[in-house]
Parts: sequence; C-alpha cells; structure tokens
Amino acid sequence: MSDKVKVTIDGITVEVEPGTSILNAARQIGGDIVPPAMCYYSKLEGSGGKCRTCIVKVSKGSEKDPRPMPKLVASCRTTVMDGMEVQNITSPEVIEARSGVVEMLLINHPLDCPVCDQAGECDLQNLGYEHGLQKTRYEFERRTFERIDIGDKIQLHMNRCILCYRCVFTADQITNKRVHGILNRGDHSEISTYIQTAVDNDFSGNVIDVCPVGALTDRTFRFRNRVWFTKPIDAHRDCPTCSGKVTLWYKGEDVLRVTARKDIYGEVEEFICNTCRFDKKKTADWTIEHPTHISDASVIASNHYETLMPLPVIQNNQKLQQANQVELEKTAKF
Amino acid sequence: MARKLLLEHINVPGIHTLDVYRQKGGYRAVEKALKTLSPDEVVEEVKKSGLRGRGGAGFPTGMKWSFLAKPEGVARYLVCNADESEPGTFKDRYLMTHIPHALIEGMIVASFALGANTSYIYVRGEMMPQIRILERAIAEAKNAGFLGKNILGSGYDLELYVQPGGGAYICGEETALLESLEGKRGNPRIKPPFPAIAGLYGCPTVVNNVESIAAVVPIINDGGDEYAKVGIGRSTGTKLISASGNLVRPGVYEIELGLPVEEFIYSDEYCGGIANGKRLKATVAGGSSVPVLPANLTLKLANGEPRLMSYESLSEGGFATGTMMGSGGFIAFDEDQCIVRNTWNFARFYHHESCGQCSPCREGTGWMEKVLHRLEYGHGKMSDIDLLVDVSKKIEGNTICPLGDAAAWPVASAIRHFRDEFEWHVKEPVKSLDTNYGLANYAEPIAKAEVTTGN
Repeated sequence: MSDKVKVTIDGITVEVEPGTSILNAARQIGGDIVPPAMCYYSKLEGSGGKCRTCIVKVSKGSEKDPRPMPKLVASCRTTVMDGMEVQNITSPEVIEARSGVVEMLLINHPLDCPVCDQAGECDLQNLGYEHGLQKTRYEFERRTFERIDIGDKIQLHMNRCILCYRCVFTADQITNKRVHGILNRGDHSEISTYIQTAVDNDFSGNVIDVCPVGALTDRTFRFRNRVWFTKPIDAHRDCPTCSGKVTLWYKGEDVLRVTARKDIYGEVEEFICNTCRFDKKKTADWTIEHPTHISDASVIASNHYETLMPLPVIQNNQKLQQANQVELEKTAKF
Repeated sequence: MARKLLLEHINVPGIHTLDVYRQKGGYRAVEKALKTLSPDEVVEEVKKSGLRGRGGAGFPTGMKWSFLAKPEGVARYLVCNADESEPGTFKDRYLMTHIPHALIEGMIVASFALGANTSYIYVRGEMMPQIRILERAIAEAKNAGFLGKNILGSGYDLELYVQPGGGAYICGEETALLESLEGKRGNPRIKPPFPAIAGLYGCPTVVNNVESIAAVVPIINDGGDEYAKVGIGRSTGTKLISASGNLVRPGVYEIELGLPVEEFIYSDEYCGGIANGKRLKATVAGGSSVPVLPANLTLKLANGEPRLMSYESLSEGGFATGTMMGSGGFIAFDEDQCIVRNTWNFARFYHHESCGQCSPCREGTGWMEKVLHRLEYGHGKMSDIDLLVDVSKKIEGNTICPLGDAAAWPVASAIRHFRDEFEWHVKEPVKSLDTNYGLANYAEPIAKAEVTTGN
C-alpha cells in the first residue's frame, strides 16, 4: 500500500494510485463531492481542462510542500500528491467561481431546451439547475450558426455547442485522418468537418454520445420523442465491428434509438459502431438483458419501469417474461 | 546620459550588417562563452546577473534555465518568443529591425548554455520585414562560422531557424507558441507539464523573450556581477520601454531600471513631456494587459514617494494602487482622452484574440466588450459598472492561460480608478458622445487619491 497516495477531498480521505487526477480521486469517493465535468471524458486521451466547471481549491499542496495552490485548479487535469487537501463544495470560493463558469457557458447557449432532443439527459441542463441563476444578466444577441448535416445520420447544431472538444478528440481517436476540428477563434469558434460530409467512419456516431449538450444529435431520432417518455433497456448483439453492448430506448414496442451504455457520469462504457446505432432498430436484432439503471435524480427515472409495470414488449413476449422473472416478481410486490 | 547595454550602437550606420556589428565588438560573447566557459558557467552568470524575463511575467531567466530537464538522449530546444503583439509594445520589433545580430548572438550563447542544437525564433506573421532581416542576418552569421557545425572549433553545433507565426496574439503565450510551432492550432496547453519538462515535440524547451535573450550578450561580455550593478534592487539591468500615446517624443527607449517615472515622462532625454502642452491623465505602464493608473498614482506611490520604473516599484500597492512592469509598453493618455473608450478598445482586442478554448475567457471577453460598447455609445446603465467588475472577477484566475487575466485587469482597474468617468457616461449619454470627461481629479496630489482608491 506504500505506493498509494493519500488525498483528502472535502474532509474525506481516500487512497489512490499515483498519477490519478483529483477528479478521478473524487469519483472513487463518489457522491456530492464529485466536481461536475463538462469537457473531461475518461475514455478520451487529452480531453479536459477547458470548460473550467470542475475547478477546485487546493488548500494544501502535499505533505512535502504544504503551500496551497495560488489559483483554483481544474481537477480533471491536476494530479494528486501525497497529503493533498482539496476543497470542493466546502469552499464558497469554488461554488462562486463555478456558478460564474456556468453563467458564462449559458450566455451564448440558446436555451431552447423545449425543442432540444438532448433535454432530459443534458449535462448543461443539470449543471444549470444546480448552479445557474434563474435569470440571465446577458442582454445581447446570442451568437448563431446555420445547422450543418454531417452525413445523413448526424446533425450539428452549433448554437448549442459549449466547445468542450470531446467530439474532436473522439474523431481524432477513431481515425488517423484529421476530419473534424475547430474553425475560427474566441466566441466565433465553431466545430466543423470543413467539408460537411467528410466524417465517414464506422464509429462516427459516437460523437453524438460524447456531446454533453444537444449540439450533435442523431438524425434518426430527431424530434421523434422526448427522452423521458422512452424506456432504456440494456441489450447486446453479436456485432463483428464493436462489442455490441448498447442501451435501447423504447417507446411502446418500438426501439426509437440506440446508444452506447453510459455510466453515472454520462460517459459511455464502450464505443459502439454505426450499424448498431443507426440500423438495428428492431427488438428482434437484440438480446434483451435488463432495464438500464437510471439515477433517481434524472427526469428519465420519473416513470421508469424499474419501479413500475413492465413494458408492453415484455408483457406480450413469453420469453422475455421468463428472462425478467426476478424483476417482475420484485415489481409485483409494490 | 544613462548607461545603454542593448542599444549602445544603435545609431551606427550599417549596424544591421555583420561587419559593422563585429567592428563594434559584436560576437565577443559567443567567442567568450564557447571558448572559455562551460554551459553551466553561462547559466551561473545569467543567474548572478539577476536578469528577469522581459516578456511580461518577470520570472528570473537564470532560474528558468536551471529548471530545464536534461534527460539523456533527448533533444532540448530554445525558442525565442518574438510574437510581440500586445497593444503598446513594439520594443522587440525595433531591436530585430535595427540590430538583429544582437538577438542572434544571444541565441547562440543561450542555446549553448542550454545544450540546444536546434533553436527557433518564432516571429509574429505580420512582421515580414523583420523575418527577412533576421534570415539575412542568420545567413551572414552562418557564413562567418557562428552557426552550423562545430562553431569556432568548439565542437558545438547549432542550427537557427526563423518561423513566421500566423498572426495571433495568443501565440505569444509560450505553450500556444509551441503548439503553433509544431504546426497545430495555437491553443495554450494545460500546465503541468511545463515546457521545461515537455515542450516542443515533447522535449524540454525554454521559451524566452527577444529582449531577455539579447540581454545575455552584455551579461557574458561584462560578467553577471557587473550587469547586476545596473538597476535597482531585484530589478537589474536595463529595459527597453516602448513609449506611445500623447507624448512629445514617443519611441523605444533603453532605461536603467529604477528611473523615476516622472523623469521618464518629462525629461528631455526621454519622452519630453505630454504633447501639445496638455496634462497627463492616466498611463498604462506595461502594455495593454496591465492595470491602468491615474496620473497621480503613476508619478507617486500611495505613500507619496516617487514611483520608479522597476518591477517592484510599479507593482507597489498591489492592484489597489499599483500596476505592473509587463512587457514595457508605456502608453500615456492626456486630459482629452476617454478612459471608457480606451477600455472598450482594449476589451475589443481581447475579445478578438481569445482562442476560445476555455469558457470564462471565450464568453467573458465578448460579454465585457459588448457592455463597454454600450457604455461608450450612451446606452449604458448604472448596473453595468458593477456587472463589469463581477464579470472580470469571474474570468480572472479561472482560465488556462494568462490571457483571461490580461483581459480582466484593464477593465477592473479602469473602473477602480475612473469610476466617476464611467458614471458620467451613464448620466450624460448624449454629452459623452462628443465631449470627454476631462482630467477631473486624476492628477491631483496623492491625498485625494487615497480617498478614491481606499475602498
């Protein structure tokens, strides 16, 4: 155990591997003290440090050098030192700075949640509820862009983008060619493929999953339904290109969309291929596993069948009923 | 006449050529360093000289060099930051135009000290004439055997390249400069790791300002101790100041650090006073990023002592009553200048130059620019002033690179010292369009200033 380092976050001590970031150390503790992260994505090398929502205060640098760090630091890109003490929600300074960052993120965001496909599973929406003001102090016209279709499956809605660069890193990771990047600078920056149809890759659909807001949306699901009316179910299939482990989003008996499985921080477990995502939209294509666990805090959980009646698709199918026997007995008790 | 170290021979005709430069004692430092000193001894001399970075932050150069990691079998690089684009600063351009060999000589000595066999001068893209001058000078130096393989028979090899930038202010930030030099988009990197550990192409790299590198030449010629005698306290040596604004004689001046600000503005040896017989209203002492000061606080400290041109004296009083040395871009405003308009102009610059990587700077600079535009053009509200202070606080310290701070400080300081002028713009929206607030009490003796700045 001697090679592990001890770090204290908001009074809770945890031992982690050397080289872990403060954010990942906090995720090992879990709960409220985990800083929110809009741009950091553990599966993407080089991501993080840009959105500044995960800033924390380091009140003690390390055992050797106990001086506090002079500025608030981005917890996703700062590695822990032995004996480090970090303040997140216990520091009013951090809370204030973070609400400042949230305000900055929202001033050029169109706030069109009522017509946005991401509403209900949007990281920015959650962050806004927790930290934002109810009224904006920004009284100017917001920046606007034309919508761009990237291929026939993905649509880019630059107005909503918060420039987290996640999709840029994803595109860099899935292909050797640079096909996706940032144009211009400052608040005119825009995500672009430059030549609009250039992203042609089996895994390009993953940019939809990594996008924390509604800037990149699935054109096969666009305006089909609100996410909180759909029921997520984990399923898998034998896919030659990817792991085939996905979440199916049901409305009634129809699969409305397919996404990768996401953990509690909204990060996908494994990237999935475009065939699984866009083409396999029948229950017959999949082996159903179990309902996806949805956090009680999410609006999707509001009428989630984990606590209510089984889906029609399960009610009508003998095989599925047997597979879900244990689940069904549990629900019957309520 | 004060001592000149960098610009001593600036008026000699043909000093930009190698022959004339050598006649005036040029390349002595290269001969001395390569033939008689070891790299560590050169670093030691620079440490002794107390030379502080001339690019803005004022970090001791010798210390920066000694932090350079030296792993076996990995190349090390020296990069000269000539991406000078701060409004009000033009000293490096002057140095490179008129005496390019001073920079090249400094580059050879500094590269030798750091063990770099390839060095780059990253010049701002708009400075095409200077790039040509430097390239010509490098060719001359190479013909004379000061660059290339086995320089002066010492066994030390050095190749020096000039790289034009794309013309972005952000590429003056050292890690953005390295990204740009690598051929990528000029976004600042997230630190750590610092360039001294992993810089250009992942190798240990030192990035220095043009003037810092040129100052290595007199340090090696005369010795570090001798250099440290010039100047005052921890601000040693001489500094190039680019004076601009409403001065009788704006231009680039080499001053000994420790010169009183009053003497710099009013003496005939330097700027010669305020143009057209007007009075001084405010100054920006170190380029557009540093806090703006009213005339009374520019000339005197809060306690009534004269303010000197040195790192310590200019920052005396912190942000409440002080400013910073910065890169030495001295801008003077006379009584007819509008501080609100000037602040808007600076904010517009930072809005345009923000790289757009981290959210507080990307969104905040645009917001401040829009609010200041509204104030300047007579649509402002009283609450806008506090809003600006709040926005600048939200940006400051929360960004990846110092551009966020640089954008926030001028706005915060302008409101701190010139709040009544901002309020006048709100109260008199029509009048403020064609008249200015004037000098008000900004040049009155310091006792008055303590009251206005004490809050």
